[in-house]
Amino acid sequence: MAYRWTNTLTKADITPKAAYLNRRQILAGTIGLGAIGLAGGASAQNALEPNTLEEITSYNNFYEFGTGKSDPAQNAHQLVTSPWSIKVDGMVDNPGDYALDDLLSGLSVEDRLYRFRCVEAWSMVIPWNGIELADILNKVGVQSSAKYVAFETVVQPENMIGVQRRVLDFPYVEGLRLDEAMHPLTIMATGIYDEPIYNQNGAPIRLVVPWKYGFKSIKSIVRITLTDQEPPTSWNKANPREYGFYSNVNPTVDHPRWSQASERRIGGGLFAARQDTLMFNGYPEVAPLYEGQDLSVDI
Amino acid sequence: MAVAQTINGALRRVPAWTIYIVGAVYAVWEFWRALNQIGPYLVEPINVLERAYGEIALILMVVGLTVTPLRNWTGVNLIKFRRAIGVTAFFFVLAHFLVFAILDVQSVSRVWEEVVKRPYVTVGMVSFLMLIPLAVTSNNLSVRKMGAAAWRKMHKLTYPAAILGAVHYLWLVKGFQLEPIIYLIVIVGLVASRYITFQRKRQLA
Repeated sequence: MAYRWTNTLTKADITPKAAYLNRRQILAGTIGLGAIGLAGGASAQNALEPNTLEEITSYNNFYEFGTGKSDPAQNAHQLVTSPWSIKVDGMVDNPGDYALDDLLSGLSVEDRLYRFRCVEAWSMVIPWNGIELADILNKVGVQSSAKYVAFETVVQPENMIGVQRRVLDFPYVEGLRLDEAMHPLTIMATGIYDEPIYNQNGAPIRLVVPWKYGFKSIKSIVRITLTDQEPPTSWNKANPREYGFYSNVNPTVDHPRWSQASERRIGGGLFAARQDTLMFNGYPEVAPLYEGQDLSVDI
Repeated sequence: MAVAQTINGALRRVPAWTIYIVGAVYAVWEFWRALNQIGPYLVEPINVLERAYGEIALILMVVGLTVTPLRNWTGVNLIKFRRAIGVTAFFFVLAHFLVFAILDVQSVSRVWEEVVKRPYVTVGMVSFLMLIPLAVTSNNLSVRKMGAAAWRKMHKLTYPAAILGAVHYLWLVKGFQLEPIIYLIVIVGLVASRYITFQRKRQLA
């Protein structure tokens, strides 16, 4: 069941832990010369080099913990992730409240080095460890009437400062069409760099849909619902003109408030060059899912 | 009033150019931290620097707009610092624009595209353009050449420029965020307070 999707990148492409832990020190030593940023920006365009664990865990959007990029890293330690159970309901053969370990037992964790593109026009490359969502859905048994999958993030008001501030209508909810959910690229991540996923990245389990803008990849999931209706999604509810249900990465369709044609890869420093954004974030194999759809309309 | 007089007395010994020195040191300090990716600049220095310069510009505009009401209500007189505060605010708006243009969007065509296509950038740009003639004429020679009345009238452009600056901030954030709303309320309040007292004076006369 494992490795139905073959990555063009291999484990050899993942920066060894010693190297990514040291990179900051190397940078600190050379950056005073002022040239490293330019060099880093140019090379980032060609090779798909994963971001450091430090970058991945200290620059996050997780509005339940505040709207600043460093707020989640500062505040997410308050999230209680153990015990963790996920309610599976709707059009499934085996609904119920599953302890996380029970839901995942017997399923294989895979390494997936994916581009991650935020709707705010920055991006990272992240070495996830996760389970194909299709495996989980097959385990609980999707009924033939189901057409969509809805997800919900945990709400712990006393532990989540952003929930108290009502930045969005919490709980955060997201959704996928069933064929998107069953695509082998779609995973439920439980780790990064072979470490348990940090709270600010969506511990203990989160969705990763690499061809969609990052906000679709909902974090800290406590509920999965199979349904025949297109489920509501948080950013679409907050601003339907700006955030559609599909939200596929698409350089030809601009966000109303900023261009999506280019992006800045995190990690290039103060002089990092912009790079062109790729259709479906560089995952053209998902294009058949949208055959017959006008993606300038179905945003 | 005694407290106000003590404060005024202490401030008499502080020259106005201190504001420029502090402003310049702060700008260089933030740039140096961004270059070396220290503290908040650890991961994405460009966006953070852009925001730091923009926010300090807004803060200085609020401070500049507070000078007159502060004198009217408490007697604390910061009027001799006001020009330096305003000009320093302009320099931070300029720095904010330069980070946006050179480090963030990185090309003239993209800057133009942003200004034309994105309302929040348009609004920020209009605010910036309004501040340019104010910065250029912030000297005694200009006051003499233009005449005090005309000069004062032109420098009322500060009000729409500050309001547009706050709108620019409110428009660019995602979701319901408190900070930009507070800036907008405070700036609109400070501008409105001038017209309220003005009308009251007129009624008395």
